[in-house]
Amino acid sequence: MLEQLEGSRAVARTVAMCRPEVIPAYPISPQTHIVEALSAMVKDGELSPCEFVNVESEYAAMSVAIGASATGARTYTATASQGLLYMAEALYNASGLGLPIVMTIANRAIGAPINIWNDHSDSMSQRDSGWIQLYVESNQEAVDMHVLAFRLAEELSLPVMVCMDGFILTHAYERIDLPSAQQVDGFLPAYEPRQVLDPAEPVTIGAMVGPEAFMEVKYLAHVKQLQALELIPELSAELTRTLGREQHGLMREYRCEDAETIVVALGSVLGTIEDAIDELRERGVRIGAIGIKAFRPFPLEALRGAIGQATRVVVIEKALALGIGGIVAQNVRNAIAPSSAQVCTVIAGLGGRPITTSSLCGLFEDAVADRLGAMTFLDLNTELVERELERTRSARRSGPHAENMLRDVGAIAAGPV
Amino acid sequence: MFQVRIHGRGGQGVVTAAELLSLAAFEEGRHAQAFPSFGSERTGAPVVAFCRIDDHEIRTREPVSEPDALIIQDPTLLHQVDLFGGLRPDGYVLINSVRSFDELGLGQWVGGFRHERLLTVPASDIAREHVGQARPNAALLGGLAAFTGIVSVDSVLVAIRARFPERLAAGNAAAAEACFAFVEREIEAPAHA
Repeated sequence: MLEQLEGSRAVARTVAMCRPEVIPAYPISPQTHIVEALSAMVKDGELSPCEFVNVESEYAAMSVAIGASATGARTYTATASQGLLYMAEALYNASGLGLPIVMTIANRAIGAPINIWNDHSDSMSQRDSGWIQLYVESNQEAVDMHVLAFRLAEELSLPVMVCMDGFILTHAYERIDLPSAQQVDGFLPAYEPRQVLDPAEPVTIGAMVGPEAFMEVKYLAHVKQLQALELIPELSAELTRTLGREQHGLMREYRCEDAETIVVALGSVLGTIEDAIDELRERGVRIGAIGIKAFRPFPLEALRGAIGQATRVVVIEKALALGIGGIVAQNVRNAIAPSSAQVCTVIAGLGGRPITTSSLCGLFEDAVADRLGAMTFLDLNTELVERELERTRSARRSGPHAENMLRDVGAIAAGPV
Repeated sequence: MFQVRIHGRGGQGVVTAAELLSLAAFEEGRHAQAFPSFGSERTGAPVVAFCRIDDHEIRTREPVSEPDALIIQDPTLLHQVDLFGGLRPDGYVLINSVRSFDELGLGQWVGGFRHERLLTVPASDIAREHVGQARPNAALLGGLAAFTGIVSVDSVLVAIRARFPERLAAGNAAAAEACFAFVEREIEAPAHA
C-alpha cells in the first residue's frame, strides 16, 4: 500500500516485517529514528518475539549482535559515522565467523572536524571488513533492499550492510510502497542457521587459527563473498516477482544504450544525476549513468559489460581516500581494461555539501568536452583554501584550519577570534 | 514541480510543516518529497525544511534553492538569514507576523516580486488561540493552501489529523482553517497592500 513515510520509519517497519529476534542498538544521528521506531514496536508487542537490547556503545551493539546471531537468532542493528568506526573490530569478527547480521548504515561523514551530515566516508572505511555492502538510491529501494539483505545474509551466512544516505534519505518523507507481511514471509523463510551455538550439540566457533590454515580460511571467505555476485541477481529477480516492482541486482543502468560518457555513482545522488543526464540527453549528448548497488563484492564483470564501448567514465564519489583520491574510481579502473575508457574521479558532497543538478550539468559538459581532469573536487571553494594556505605560509602557528576557515565563511567557530 | 522552502526556528515545527505539506499533497495523489536541512539543531536556532510537489516521481535530492513559495515562521530571522535567496520572480511569500511587509522594513527586499503574492498572517496568534501555544506551522499551511492553491485546505486537515494525536490534531486543524479563512479574506480585500 502506498504511504507517505519518512525513510527511517519505512525501514523500521520493513525490518520489523523481517522478524528480527534480537536488536542490540545504540543511537547516533542520522540513524536514531530507525532503532527508536523499532524499540517502540518491541515495547508495544507489535514486533514479537524480539528482544531489543539497549547497549552502552556501538562496540557493545555489534558484540551482542555477534552473540545473538551465533545462537541462531535473526539479528539486526543500525549505526553511522563514528559509531561504525567504534564497531570496527567486532565487524571483522562478525564477517570472519560468518554471522548473517543485517545492519543499516545511515551514511554520515567522519570527523575531525566533527560533522553530522551525509557522505560515504563511514561505510567506505569498512569496505574490506568482509561485510557485503549494498547502497540504495531511494527510500523505496531501501525498503526492498532490506528484505533482500536478510535473505542474502542467511543464504551465504555472511553479514550485510545496507547503506542509505543519512538525512537525505533517512529524514526524507516520500511516497513508499511497503511490502505486505505476506510478501515478506513468502520471500524470506524462517532463519535456518548454517551454524549455531547450542548446548545440546556443543561446538566451538572463533578458534585461533595459525599460519597452517589462516590463508585458506581467508581465501574461502573471499570466495564466499564472491558468491553474492551470482546470488544477488537471482534474489533480485525473485523479489521483483514477489513485489511486482523492478529490483536492480548488482547495478542499474540509466540511458547507457549508446553512451560515450558514463557516470558511475552510489546512493541517493543517482536521482539528481539522472535529472542532469536527462537535461544533457535533450541536447543530444550521449551520456548515461550506472548506479552501483553492490559495492562489496564489487561487480567487476557486470560493470565491464555495462561500460561497454564508452570512452569516458566519470565516477562521482562521496568519500575521499586521503593521499590517493577516489575509492570507487580505483575499483572501477579494476573493472575496465586500462587502454579502453578514461576514468575521471569526482569527489563530491563531502560532509553534506549539496550536489546540485546545475553543478552536475556543468561537470558533465566539461567531461564530454574532455576538459575534466583526472581528479576534480566538485564545487570546491578554492578561494577559501587559498586564503588558508596563505595564512599557513605567513605564520608558523597560524591556527587550526577548520576554525580559521569557519571564520572566513562567516560561521561561528569556537576559540579566540 | 512546485517547491516550497520553510524557514523558522528550532521548536516551531518547521520540519513537521514540510512533512504535513507532503502528506497533504500525497493525499491528493501527487508525488511529494519533504526533507529538512539539518544543522546541529537546538531550540531557537534557524531551521530550514523543504517540500517538492509534482505529478511524477521526484528524483532530485538537492536542497530547494529556487522556491516557488516561502513560508517564514519567524520574522525575526529576516535580518539573520538570506530568506528570499533564489525565490522565483512569481513566487509566493507568506510571513508569520501581525505587521505588514512595509512595517517589517521589507520594502527593499521584495520590490522585485509580485506584490499580490506577498502576505503576512498572524499565525502565532491564531495558533495561540486554537492550539494554546505559539506554534504556527499548521496555521501557515492553511494559509498556504488559500494563498497558492497548491493543496486544498481539506488535504491539509487530513494531514494534520493523520500526524497528530486527537486533541492536538483538533487544535491544529482549527488553526489551519482559521488561517485559511484569514488569507481568503485578505486576498479579496488586501488590507496590507
